[in-house]
Amino acid sequence: MSRLLTIKGLKIEGRSDETWNPIINGVDLELNKGEVLGLIGESGAGKSTIGLAAMGYTRDGVRISDGTVEFDGIDLVNASAATKRSLFGKRIAYVAQSAAASFNPAHKLIDQHTEAPVQHGVSNRSASVEDGIELYRKLRLPNPDEIGFRYPHQVSGGQLQRAMTAMAMSCRPDLIIFDEPTTALDVTTQIEVLAAIREIVEEFDTAAIYITHDLAVVAQMADKIKVLLRGDEVEEADTRTMLSAPKEDYTKSLWAVREFQRPQQPPPPDDAVPVVSVRNITAAYGTTDVLHDVSFDIHAGRTVAVVGESGSGKSTTARCITGLLPPRMGEIAFDGEVLPADYRKRTKDQLRQAQMIYQMADTALNPRKTIGEIIGRPVQFYGGLRGAKKRERVNELLDQIELEPSQYYNRLPSELSGGQKQRIGIARALAAEPKFIICDEVTSALDQLVAEGILRLLADLQDTLGLSYMFITHDLATVKSIADEVVVMKDGKVVEQGPKTEMFTPPHHAYTDLLLSSVPEMDPDWLTDLLKERGVENIGDAAVDKM
Amino acid sequence: MSGLMIFAALLVALFVGAYVFRFAGQTATGNAPRFRDMTFGVAFGYVLAAALFIWAIYYYFQPKVLDTGVPNAGVVFFRWAVQGFIIAAIAAFLFRLLGRMVGTEGTKKLFRSMPLTAAFGILVIIIYAVVAVFAGAIAPYGQAEILGAANVMAGGDPAIGGNPDYPLGTDQIGRDILSRLIYGAQNTVGIAFITTCLAFFIGGSLGFLAATLQGWLDQLLSRGVDVLMAIPSLIFALLLMTIASVWANELGVPLTIFMVLIIAVIDSTRVYRLARAVGLNIVVMDYIEAAKLRGEGLGYLVFKEILPNAMAPLLAEFGLRFCFVFLTIAALSFLGVGIQPPLADWGTMVRDLAPFINFAAFAPTAAVAPLLAAGAIALLTVAVNFVVDWMLHKSSGLKE
Repeated sequence: MSRLLTIKGLKIEGRSDETWNPIINGVDLELNKGEVLGLIGESGAGKSTIGLAAMGYTRDGVRISDGTVEFDGIDLVNASAATKRSLFGKRIAYVAQSAAASFNPAHKLIDQHTEAPVQHGVSNRSASVEDGIELYRKLRLPNPDEIGFRYPHQVSGGQLQRAMTAMAMSCRPDLIIFDEPTTALDVTTQIEVLAAIREIVEEFDTAAIYITHDLAVVAQMADKIKVLLRGDEVEEADTRTMLSAPKEDYTKSLWAVREFQRPQQPPPPDDAVPVVSVRNITAAYGTTDVLHDVSFDIHAGRTVAVVGESGSGKSTTARCITGLLPPRMGEIAFDGEVLPADYRKRTKDQLRQAQMIYQMADTALNPRKTIGEIIGRPVQFYGGLRGAKKRERVNELLDQIELEPSQYYNRLPSELSGGQKQRIGIARALAAEPKFIICDEVTSALDQLVAEGILRLLADLQDTLGLSYMFITHDLATVKSIADEVVVMKDGKVVEQGPKTEMFTPPHHAYTDLLLSSVPEMDPDWLTDLLKERGVENIGDAAVDKM
Repeated sequence: MSGLMIFAALLVALFVGAYVFRFAGQTATGNAPRFRDMTFGVAFGYVLAAALFIWAIYYYFQPKVLDTGVPNAGVVFFRWAVQGFIIAAIAAFLFRLLGRMVGTEGTKKLFRSMPLTAAFGILVIIIYAVVAVFAGAIAPYGQAEILGAANVMAGGDPAIGGNPDYPLGTDQIGRDILSRLIYGAQNTVGIAFITTCLAFFIGGSLGFLAATLQGWLDQLLSRGVDVLMAIPSLIFALLLMTIASVWANELGVPLTIFMVLIIAVIDSTRVYRLARAVGLNIVVMDYIEAAKLRGEGLGYLVFKEILPNAMAPLLAEFGLRFCFVFLTIAALSFLGVGIQPPLADWGTMVRDLAPFINFAAFAPTAAVAPLLAAGAIALLTVAVNFVVDWMLHKSSGLKE
């Protein structure tokens, strides 16, 4: 096999506060033609930086300080802008994490698709339109003949991601860099994109660097895996060796991350009054019903996981419970007492009892307030504490979420990491001393190791404070580790509900089954087997649509 | 025809120069990335800038007086501009140096990261503020004091009609221009500042209120603002001022108070638009939802949750709006309905002395009289914008 890309002793520095700080400290990488390398690590490990450096490109304020990047005999570090321009798009292509943000919303997909081949003189417009349609067909996009003539906002997220892969393929490059292409997608959509990418990379014998933080995904895609930690290489091996026998402790800890499991609580006694009772809720945005007759109970000290894809009505249910969206029919009861439908009509104490933790800690914390102010406000608002007493209570809460009070009290949210921000969100909810907390996708924006820490913290708090959780998620691994009961939703309806142990043992409802089997497993043959079992035409969203 | 030919020849020379410059750079540095990846447009820009710089030096050293005995006004004004620029830069540099040495740890740190433009802006604002506050003590004469000699030239040189007692000369009825400039800072800047603050209070609070509550209140306020904005603002202000001048006489209230209110209301419509637009982007954030679900009142939402996050765009707008208000007041005074004589006001001063601008071509010192007040307005406008730009840069930098 011939060598395509060689990176030797790559060092990259980033500029902050007038000094250059190392981001990558000497990484070597080799890639042969037609080979797929998986780069994994937590955020901040330098995965994307290396991915871009493989193109000889760095972001603003970042420079390659040492080392060589050689692509097919061309020195990319010292190449002129003109040389790089002739390679980008033609021989090296890049697929970004968020296709929705990377497509130009003002142009049709096919116009953006044909830009690179026409610009590089590989093909003329009409030929590349035809080729684009052919690629859309190969990637199994619906209506391949017409979909290219739509604008980006008229196409779903998974379809956009595939259209972007098609665009990267338009000049049949030798190397494609995939930067977390499926991270923002639902499991059933993800599986479709994964299958499409793998197939097309194999067909054209393209080499690829696949960047992700999801091990199970990389196991399906890569021939070999490189693990990174804070700009250093931890280890590299071919996929099967890496999965079966990781050498380094850090790699092992990544592998073991999904093992956390909170013991399932015994079912509550029959006469117990549920903390929260959702009774036959039907809710509408405008005149369109988005929830149909949803009912479930949440008992003291238990966690109910609400599972489903985006658009299934999980978050809308939460909005009904909090009173932001008064339901059209049905009612919400708290400790057996029916609550006013609109949050503005609820008493302060009723509001205090139910708190919420949000998915995006970035938008859930006011960026202009210090941690002390953010947590101190509910302490003062509900508890009436001021001055030293308030400070004491905030310190207590910071201790509970395992952050050193003296160090964090005066910081702004922008000075914290993603996991720490999420902990502050938890502390703000706890400050109200609630009985019940809604957790809306609290771990989906976090790395696996960090997410596990958050789940452990939530479980500990539940044990010590006797909290009840409603846990909204689309990640079934999270459900497995923390839930007592599971509610599966689809199209605004509850399709199945019951204790976790029942839900994870067959027979399932067909939709639950599809969700469960779409979660990638740490077995390199998993996707291949699944495709064989279901048939190429019948995976992911296509199967959901047929239901 | 020949002019066109010269222009074409210059252009060709610049094109050739750019090409030679780039080629020489590439050869001399052994194809360093800076020259290797330089586009022709960038090279052309460098050569053009160099050519302009050389021309500026040449022009600066042209004689001040032509052979015919007539002053070369272009050169005189150009020299003043260059000298003023250099003095301003040195003053700003020294001021920043001072700020880095004196003061608390916090202010020292602030000055260390400050660009020269911001230092200049702050220095100018401080000087204006001091002059405005202590106008009575600084000014050599009273603002309405008539001193006898009218139309004394600036410069204090008796040979060309100056008088050392009045370094900047006197106006058409013999009032000291320096004193009137100093009092003008008090009147014009003070009134403009109060008016801008009032406009921001009205527009900002109504805008955030509309963004938070939405519904019929938003419709009512927004449509009302649309109506006000549909009328050309200067004409509208003139119209209202004419009406107000009648009321002012009847009620015995100074016309200036009416002017402040009228300009504040007219300008608050622009602030309202901005505050509402910024507010709408903030109220959809999860932290606002969290505060609502906590049961927080409207006042807390607007002033504690929304306002701190809207500060950056509002500050930028404050700088601009301050200048516009300032110019509106000057314009109204220029038209005769603003600040009333004998109160000194820069706009009125420009109007009163405007005819002297006709002497600019052959007697630059005479033309200075109206330019002094106009320059005072321009300088403050530039200074305020420098400071606001810097604050904006700082506050956006905080957000990563």
